[in-house]
Amino acid sequence: MNLVASITLFSSVAVIFLIGLLASRTTNTSASFMEDYYLGGRSLGGFVLAMTMTATYGSASSFIGGPGVAYNEGLGWVLLSVIQVSTGYFTLMILGKRFAITAKKFKAITMVDFLKERYQSKWVVLLSSFSIIVFLFSAMAAQWIGGGRLIESITGLSYHSALLIFVLTVLIYVTFGGFRAVTLTDSIQGTIMIIGTVILLASIIIAGGGISSIMADLRAENPNLITPYGADGSLSPQYVSSFWILVGVGIVALPQIVVRAMSYKNTKSFHRALIIGTIVVGVIMLNMHLIGVFARPILPGVEVADTVIPLIALEVLPAWLAGIVLAAPLAAIMSTVDSLLLLVSSTIVKDVYLNYIQPTASKKKVRTLSMTITAILGLIVYLIAINPPDLIIWLNLYTIGGLEAAFIWPVVMGIYWKKGNKYGAIAAIITGFSSYILFQAFYPEPFGMHSVVSSIAISLIAYVGASLSLRNKVL
Amino acid sequence: MKELDKNPIQIANREALIGVFLVVFHFIWWFAFAYGLGKKDPAEYQYILGFPAWFFYSCIAGIIIMSMLVFIIVKFFFTDLPFDDEEFEQS
Repeated sequence: MNLVASITLFSSVAVIFLIGLLASRTTNTSASFMEDYYLGGRSLGGFVLAMTMTATYGSASSFIGGPGVAYNEGLGWVLLSVIQVSTGYFTLMILGKRFAITAKKFKAITMVDFLKERYQSKWVVLLSSFSIIVFLFSAMAAQWIGGGRLIESITGLSYHSALLIFVLTVLIYVTFGGFRAVTLTDSIQGTIMIIGTVILLASIIIAGGGISSIMADLRAENPNLITPYGADGSLSPQYVSSFWILVGVGIVALPQIVVRAMSYKNTKSFHRALIIGTIVVGVIMLNMHLIGVFARPILPGVEVADTVIPLIALEVLPAWLAGIVLAAPLAAIMSTVDSLLLLVSSTIVKDVYLNYIQPTASKKKVRTLSMTITAILGLIVYLIAINPPDLIIWLNLYTIGGLEAAFIWPVVMGIYWKKGNKYGAIAAIITGFSSYILFQAFYPEPFGMHSVVSSIAISLIAYVGASLSLRNKVL
Repeated sequence: MKELDKNPIQIANREALIGVFLVVFHFIWWFAFAYGLGKKDPAEYQYILGFPAWFFYSCIAGIIIMSMLVFIIVKFFFTDLPFDDEEFEQS
């Protein structure tokens, strides 16, 4: 419980959101409400694009969970985390100019739109909408629980009140602001994250008596903490390397990232985003996880790993500054939630309702419906987060890998391989999705690697095989 | 900039291929330093700026190198394209 820290924390968050709302008001509502609400009118500049990718991706796991694991595992976990730097350049380069141009030509607003135009198949649309709703819904609930817990640990409020505060802020904001407001806030939040992590890291190094002395303390406690193999030597090179697929290359298939890769203004913004994104992800990932490791000698014996970051911030910084710095992880969680909420709502409104239920709905109706659905979804997730069922937690663990295994080939091959067709896409989504769940349940580490590697391989075989063998079938 | 006569599709493909090369290079750099220098006994580690050498080269230097590479490649090898180009219709 810390009053000063709570006040500065909430004022920082309030200021960020106010700026976002004001800025989204001033922009003109141009051609299409849908394009504007869900894509910011395809007009993101380079800095905003880089920041929104980083803030969307850098969620509770990189700010709360990740550093907590690093606290227990040592430098080996930092080694694993810096793999994420590759997302800064790789995702944008691979989707690249061809994707943005194609998406614009198709007038695609969501990833499902893109798949629909590319494969011209009702089944591809329904299957992918279904996987997105299932997986992202559970991912969202987990983020809300994380946000609630963070506010709880700083303010000392009960979990339920903390969750309510968190939910109300997010809901009001995302319902009225839409994509543009969210991406603008993402930029401010991204900036706070960078400055915040730098301040926190520097204070911890000072509190620990310099890097050399921290390393000596770690080595004295357990030499494994400063090796690449983790605290008990169990992080094998092939296991850690397989995260190049899970949190590096595979990120290219996450719908919330894909939608951002079609929202930039021109190739100049795209180029700038590549450079800024790489540097920003690098600084944030390296700093946050080093903070987790360095916290160990200063604050030994933290039992709940998720509380390492709030505790160490309150320990080494003056309370008012701790509040502002902790606004960074809170901001990260909020912006992830914002984007997931928008994405699920756009999947329901755009991909299912407008495609198959009521294609002729009026503009005004679509507008009301988009906002209503966004708000209703938020409320449902809130109800789940109050008393989280086990299934949600379980599903969330599989979200990233499951989405990757399902979508990586339909998206990437859909852009670069002309012969890829709807049979391939359907086969890839089904085999990727189900093989991943089966591996996770019965054989979690095939070949000593994370199971996402094998599922992606199977999904590729299915995509190519079905595309080629069924190409002449008329249906 | 200088290759405007080229087909935009070819340009976009080449740039995606550069992304693949970059990530392969990054992986090799990361892996070679981390497990090449890190497999020694921790008592024999060398330190750079306070960090174990494997960590410094693999993670810290790795991020700096990749940032510089991305900067150079984007500045000198990536081409600006107009997005409303009709030529894209054929592909």
